[in-house]
Amino acid sequence: MMWRYLIPISVFLVLSAFFVKGLSLNPRYVPSPLLGKPAPEFELPRLKDPNLSLGSVDLEGQVSLLNVWATWCVGCRQEHGFLVELSQENNVPIYGLNWKDDRNTALDWLSTLGDPYIGSAFDELGEVAIDWGVYGAPETFLLASDGTVLYKHIAPLTRDIWTSEFLPRIISECGSIPCPIANN
Amino acid sequence: MPNSQQLINIRSGLGLSILILASAAWGIDPMPPFDDPSLESSYQELINEVRCLVCQNQTIADSNAPLASDLRREIHQMIGNGASRPEIVEFLVARYGDFVLYRPPFHSKTWLLWGAPIILLTLGFLVFARILKSRMGQPLSEDEIAL
Repeated sequence: MMWRYLIPISVFLVLSAFFVKGLSLNPRYVPSPLLGKPAPEFELPRLKDPNLSLGSVDLEGQVSLLNVWATWCVGCRQEHGFLVELSQENNVPIYGLNWKDDRNTALDWLSTLGDPYIGSAFDELGEVAIDWGVYGAPETFLLASDGTVLYKHIAPLTRDIWTSEFLPRIISECGSIPCPIANN
Repeated sequence: MPNSQQLINIRSGLGLSILILASAAWGIDPMPPFDDPSLESSYQELINEVRCLVCQNQTIADSNAPLASDLRREIHQMIGNGASRPEIVEFLVARYGDFVLYRPPFHSKTWLLWGAPIILLTLGFLVFARILKSRMGQPLSEDEIAL
């Protein structure tokens, strides 16, 4: 008659295992369907000069970062110092996607806190952000030189995440760091 | 009969509740309704089935998050341009994944999600049948005879 007791106990254990696993997952993290696929094409006016454009053509031909940021985003303020640091190391060009922001406030932010971006695209209506599946800034995309999305990080970027998630992917993509500059 | 002061109180109370209730009507969706009722109903149906990823337990129809309003605008535009429901669903899933849908499609990653109710129900019936069967041959207890 042992099985009578074993059944409820094993059901309980299986359920507990699911619950324990579930508690350790982050429900805010939604994996991007773009990983391994070509990044969506875009072209937007630049934040600093609306007459100039910034788009896919500028990012192509190099491994690059696209960082989605906004001045209303607390996490962006948190990671900004690290982005500035990263830009000074000159390993990977960082581009910005300024998401649903106010132009003057964003310009103020960059002049006060430093500008880590080669250029920021100004996505006032959030249309490009929808194409990229952006749902919570800050988000950072790692793009291959052919425009493939290699990785996406959702949350403030830190040195730890940079070292554990970004660096190995960049090195396996280009063989060295900084990436050799393509001659084209 | 209520006196005049009470009447005023009732009236202002009524007026206030009407105001509060009516505010829901111009609440979060500033999109102009479509003239064609079938377009309007497919728009309403869609925005009530798409998850707002910022506030995950709300649909984009219920949410006033900026992203939800962007997605409503996008869906509104697509419907206005004659996009079909599968086209819009595909557009959203390509960008945000299946999680954006409150009714995810049935495929290799979601079969357990859809199948679990049927599997659990079948298991329940099996256990139930087994218990019934084991009790069939037993004589009635004293209490049961008393009934």
